[in-house]
Amino acid sequence: MAKITFITKDDNTIVCEADSGSVMELAVQNGVKGIDGDCGGVCSCATCHVHVAPDSVERVGEAGEIEKDMLELDDEANERSRLCCQLEVSDELDGIVLHVAH
Amino acid sequence: MTEQSTGNDVCIIIGASHGGVNLAFALRKEGWEGEIHLIDQDPNPPYHRPPLSKAHLTTDDGLEKILLKAPKAYEDNNIQLHLGHTVTAIDHVHQQINLEDGSSKKYDKLVLAVGARPIIPPIKGIDDVQHLYPMRTADDVNKIRSAFKQSTEKRVVIIGGGYIGLETAASLKKLGGEVTVLEREERILARVTAPVMSEFFHKLHTDNGVDIHTGKNVVELRQNTNRQEVVCSDGTVYPADVIVMGVGIRVNQELAEEAGLKIDNGINVNEQCKTSDNNIYAIGDCTYHYNNHYDRWLRLESVQNAVDQAKIAAQALTEKNPKYDALPWFWSDQYDVKLLMVGLSDGYDEILKRDESTDDQHKFSTWYFKGEQLLAVDAVNNAKAYVVGTKLIGAKKPVNKQVLSDPEQDLKALL
Repeated sequence: MAKITFITKDDNTIVCEADSGSVMELAVQNGVKGIDGDCGGVCSCATCHVHVAPDSVERVGEAGEIEKDMLELDDEANERSRLCCQLEVSDELDGIVLHVAH
Repeated sequence: MTEQSTGNDVCIIIGASHGGVNLAFALRKEGWEGEIHLIDQDPNPPYHRPPLSKAHLTTDDGLEKILLKAPKAYEDNNIQLHLGHTVTAIDHVHQQINLEDGSSKKYDKLVLAVGARPIIPPIKGIDDVQHLYPMRTADDVNKIRSAFKQSTEKRVVIIGGGYIGLETAASLKKLGGEVTVLEREERILARVTAPVMSEFFHKLHTDNGVDIHTGKNVVELRQNTNRQEVVCSDGTVYPADVIVMGVGIRVNQELAEEAGLKIDNGINVNEQCKTSDNNIYAIGDCTYHYNNHYDRWLRLESVQNAVDQAKIAAQALTEKNPKYDALPWFWSDQYDVKLLMVGLSDGYDEILKRDESTDDQHKFSTWYFKGEQLLAVDAVNNAKAYVVGTKLIGAKKPVNKQVLSDPEQDLKALL
């Protein structure tokens, strides 16, 4: 079981728990504002953009090649950006904090 | 609508797919205070459609994996869902809709997010075959999956070599099917892409063991004891345990038509998604709208257009002054190939192919030009080409074709 914290643009903190699935699905299931996942989770739309909190960066890891390219469509992208449809929920992610980019 | 408040106004949205659902939430975000009703014939909670022919077909995951929004989110935003209900008429004079159960409901603003339905051509014998399905709804997928699993030989015939047909072919092949695609035109994807892309996908499917036959006009369907047969005009016969029909869609424009709204190739809307009736808007696959970038009227079948028009309509309904000006984009996933497309290639007079493939991966992009203007990019396993293409098309920036054609040079040099 991993506990994942989302902080939205309007400063709402939403703590979610899950065993599996993508972090984007988890956010959508919990109605996290700013995570749309328009393409359904196949890294095609860049509408599930989060900034990983500095403390969590190491555990979350780096974006893949396609993901990095897609992030370039977004002006809010920085070195801690991830598209959370590409993050699989696992024990490894327990306790991470993600700031929703939009 | 009064300019002070939308507090007592009722907005009814017909159609709870990508367009309708996004509109409902966008309306709340834009400050609509009155009631929002979202009505759909489909009894399932609103879900993503693109995965239906892809991951949703190949896994046994339930719909909860692909819901557009969490059930709770509708409650939290005070959006009233009416699922499994059919609207039978729009009474635009009295501003009300009539439902199949004889009830009616008044609106201040009405939005048609009614989409389209699969074309089922009147082929001889079509009503007699047991397992013929389109690929548009969750229910279609359940039926295809169940017929497929129950058959021992798993022979699938897909009529129509467009994206839906090809994605379904790839998915059922992955599940161990013996898959045949029959396309009426001389090449697959003929309506939507250039010959170079058709050739690539033809070979991709053939390499993966799918039989593709082009120039095949299906003239009859037969039901035998345990199987169906698909008969073509040249006399060839293909046995099938499951037949999937993927020959395109028809706009659900009847309600709009009967209400006297202006119809062209779809429901005619202005740049704020308003129809010819001041209180009725339309969004998504069902709209015939003006695209500013390409300077022409068109209809799009895409998630992008549904979502973008939803945002525009929400702003217009809350008295802002938006203007639809979006660049179309699309995607398709087949086998290990990720296709990303941006722009509209119609009217191109030159194609440049930039090949960055390696021994173990297809990676290339096709760039469509009309003179010096870049119209569209199709990118295969190449998100960078898609992103660079999106920026160049959006900015209408001239492209250095020499740099583009040389895979050794970084695409970003074009920006």
